[in-house]
Amino acid sequence: MSDSQTLVQAEHAHPPYQRHHFGSMEQQVDATSFAMWLFLLTEIMFFGGMFTAYLIYRNWYYPAFVAGSHQLSMLWGTLNTSVLITSSFTMAMGVWSAQMRKKRLLLFFLVLTFVLGIIFLGIKSIEYTEKIEKHHVPGFHYSVQSFVNPATDPVAVAAGDKPLPLDMARHTEIYFSLYFLLTGMHALHMIIGVSILAFMIFRAKAGAYTNGHVTFVENFGLYWHFVDIIWIFLYPLLYLISRHQ
Amino acid sequence: MSEHNEQLVHDEATEGHIVSPKVYVAIFLTLLFFTGLTAAASYIEMGPFNAIVALAIAVTKATLVVLFFMHIKYSPKLTKLTVGSGIFMFLVLVAMTLSDYFTRAWGRW
Repeated sequence: MSDSQTLVQAEHAHPPYQRHHFGSMEQQVDATSFAMWLFLLTEIMFFGGMFTAYLIYRNWYYPAFVAGSHQLSMLWGTLNTSVLITSSFTMAMGVWSAQMRKKRLLLFFLVLTFVLGIIFLGIKSIEYTEKIEKHHVPGFHYSVQSFVNPATDPVAVAAGDKPLPLDMARHTEIYFSLYFLLTGMHALHMIIGVSILAFMIFRAKAGAYTNGHVTFVENFGLYWHFVDIIWIFLYPLLYLISRHQ
Repeated sequence: MSEHNEQLVHDEATEGHIVSPKVYVAIFLTLLFFTGLTAAASYIEMGPFNAIVALAIAVTKATLVVLFFMHIKYSPKLTKLTVGSGIFMFLVLVAMTLSDYFTRAWGRW
């Protein structure tokens, strides 16, 4: 091998997962995480529009929002918040395992994150079932009974709700529309996240991500934490509007 | 492939800054503490401050997640600037929209 050939080979030495249009691995990693953050910013704007709609209607029909919020279960809501925060922690540990090239540990944390995501969706479906049974899903079958006549609803009695005038009671339908819109879009993001996690578990089993190329795990982690942050805001805005009145 | 990798163990540029699990555990426990705190705070009558306290705790939790779980504290300046300007832009849009809606009826009653 001639000297010039050796030189070319030395200059060309880079990991097999480095794309050729990047000058260095550092540049590739920075560019990828930059792109991921740009995507997350579009997601912030997407959820931001719904949050703004929520804030406007909450300001206009506050008593309806308080009564609607009292219909949500503190137990399920707080439990689900803890489940999601725990899943964020296990995901962060998954990224660490990939960086440390610990394959078994990475698999363990990915599976744990997957299971916690499924538990979150399970609890969410229990809550949705309660809303369907009480006719609190906006539409033709929506019932204002719990708000016009709270004495007939044990949940409203426990919260100490006073009867709302009919026009204000009807605005609880706006609260529940926003509740289903926000939690529904959040749940859709969870379903997408859990699906990608399942794919990652199979790939990780085959030895991916623990060979030094952690970009996919790292950026999926960003997505998962972002979905967690959305819930961190949904929890106080939907469940905790006013528990004291 | 494996020959390459052995030379590249824990390459900072390739694998990013590695955050210690101790930091993750500390952040995790803080987040759980704030969840309990915000739930408890909603049962105390504070007038308009209930909403402010709830949002302040949510913003604190989100900041912790962004800084540590999402590694922004250890990211290059470009990423920090992207996140900062994006959130700033979002706040401008929300503030402008709300200032419109909340003041439409001023002077009409």
